[in-house]
Amino acid sequence: MHAFEFLRPGDAAKAVATAAKAKTAQQGADVRFIAGGTTLLDLMKLNVETPARLLDINRLPLDKIEATADGGLKIGATVRNSDLANHPMVKQDYAVLSQALLAGASAQLRNMATTAGNLLQRTRCMYFRDTAMPCNKREPGSGCPAITGSNRTLAVLGTSDHCIATNPSDMCVAMAALEATIHVQGAKESRAITIGDFHLLPGKTPDRETVLEPGDLITHVTLPPPRTGSKQVYLKLRDRASYEFALASAAVLITIKGGNVTHARIALGGVGTKPWRAPDAEAALVDKPADAANFRKAAEAAMRDAKPQSENKFKIELAKRCLTHALQMAATA
Amino acid sequence: MRDDSPSNPSDPNRRVFLQTVGSTAAAVVIGGCPSGSAEAVADGPTNEGAVPITLRINGKDRKLSVDPRTTLLDCIRETVALTGTKKGCDHGQCGACTVHVNGRRVNSCLSLALMHDGEEITTIEGLGTPEDLHPMQAAFVACDGYQCGYCTSGQIMSAVALLKEPCDAGDAAVKELMSGNICRCGAYANIVAAIQHVRKNK
Repeated sequence: MHAFEFLRPGDAAKAVATAAKAKTAQQGADVRFIAGGTTLLDLMKLNVETPARLLDINRLPLDKIEATADGGLKIGATVRNSDLANHPMVKQDYAVLSQALLAGASAQLRNMATTAGNLLQRTRCMYFRDTAMPCNKREPGSGCPAITGSNRTLAVLGTSDHCIATNPSDMCVAMAALEATIHVQGAKESRAITIGDFHLLPGKTPDRETVLEPGDLITHVTLPPPRTGSKQVYLKLRDRASYEFALASAAVLITIKGGNVTHARIALGGVGTKPWRAPDAEAALVDKPADAANFRKAAEAAMRDAKPQSENKFKIELAKRCLTHALQMAATA
Repeated sequence: MRDDSPSNPSDPNRRVFLQTVGSTAAAVVIGGCPSGSAEAVADGPTNEGAVPITLRINGKDRKLSVDPRTTLLDCIRETVALTGTKKGCDHGQCGACTVHVNGRRVNSCLSLALMHDGEEITTIEGLGTPEDLHPMQAAFVACDGYQCGYCTSGQIMSAVALLKEPCDAGDAAVKELMSGNICRCGAYANIVAAIQHVRKNK
């Protein structure tokens, strides 16, 4: 691991001011905030991340879960995944989020990993993690060996000729379906970013994964008020029953009245280069009978633009079945 | 071992305590990249860039000097010389390094010692003694919950923490919550039996 300076800013403003001196907040950042450390230290040991400064934000007052005035939920940046998953309000009103969090990682990692850290979780693409290999995400312009190489677990949605890395998060998939808003304190101003606008498609710049700029500190996430009568399910399919990343996952929230779907929010995991909201699937469901045929049509719509690589064509059908089954589970819950 | 690795645990006189009192306009410098502000106050070779911290390990305050890169795992094993906690994968994938921080189980390999200054750490050495085993240790013995033993301290630390976590009664819930601890010998069935034995007799 490369040497670094370890600092503990006394408040968020100082953390932001120090981080604002960085050249980038993306891959290769020379200043990093550290909270749980479960992604960052892993990648620092691999020399994929080599920050010169670490800013420890664990002791900043960003660890609260609170109801908002409008009936929604405010989740602090350093709230641990296990605390969020087991919080009574989350289990009651945002079950899809609790289920997604508990489907991710291990009990130990969930005790460490934070809300903001999970929003910034890095891909598990083996070429990204191996500094002996080219990788456009890690070293822009060096190439993407995954496209012609080992790509069984990689993305089929949102890929480019430069990168096909999967976003590995479960939490972000639930938050995409819940239409979360990410609140950032920056060097110039504070701003709110909807989760759909937070992560970037790889395009020609896969090293840029989010809209964050130097100094930007995620302070909290807000969720809108829960929708009365909405059924929520997170379904994750993977090679092992536990402690494994998704090959395909689906977060669904549907409201059914008189046998018809009146409202639907759908996001997919394990198949996209970012947490994948599926508006076409949502549109295919609304005002239609909540039955197996329409659930399958929604799944077809969700995966219409999927582009397989040499080893991961199976993911397209797997994701369709995953979404169809998740909708069935929600409808009969 | 690196030249700037933490001080030799077998020779406390080699421990070098540094005072890092630097600060910037924005934040207190805890440690790292020495810029002239660090001063050695003990004799012996200078452990360049090392930082003083205090960890409360198994109920005892330990004043330590660690390189900022030192993981909590390496600090426990190499600096404090408590070697019951094991290093398996060193990437948070195997669970051999599981310890409790402020009562919660974590992978000590994916955390920096500096992040835990002032915090309460419990390792396998803090659970019980050979004469007075923790009930979970006794259950692992009674149920034969190991073969080679390398993963066992991590398994037991995880299992003890699990007792205080939300967990359904059945074996499936235990297996799910123990999935972060890998056993290459495959003692899983007996590990689950040991944990269920303790839960039923709590």
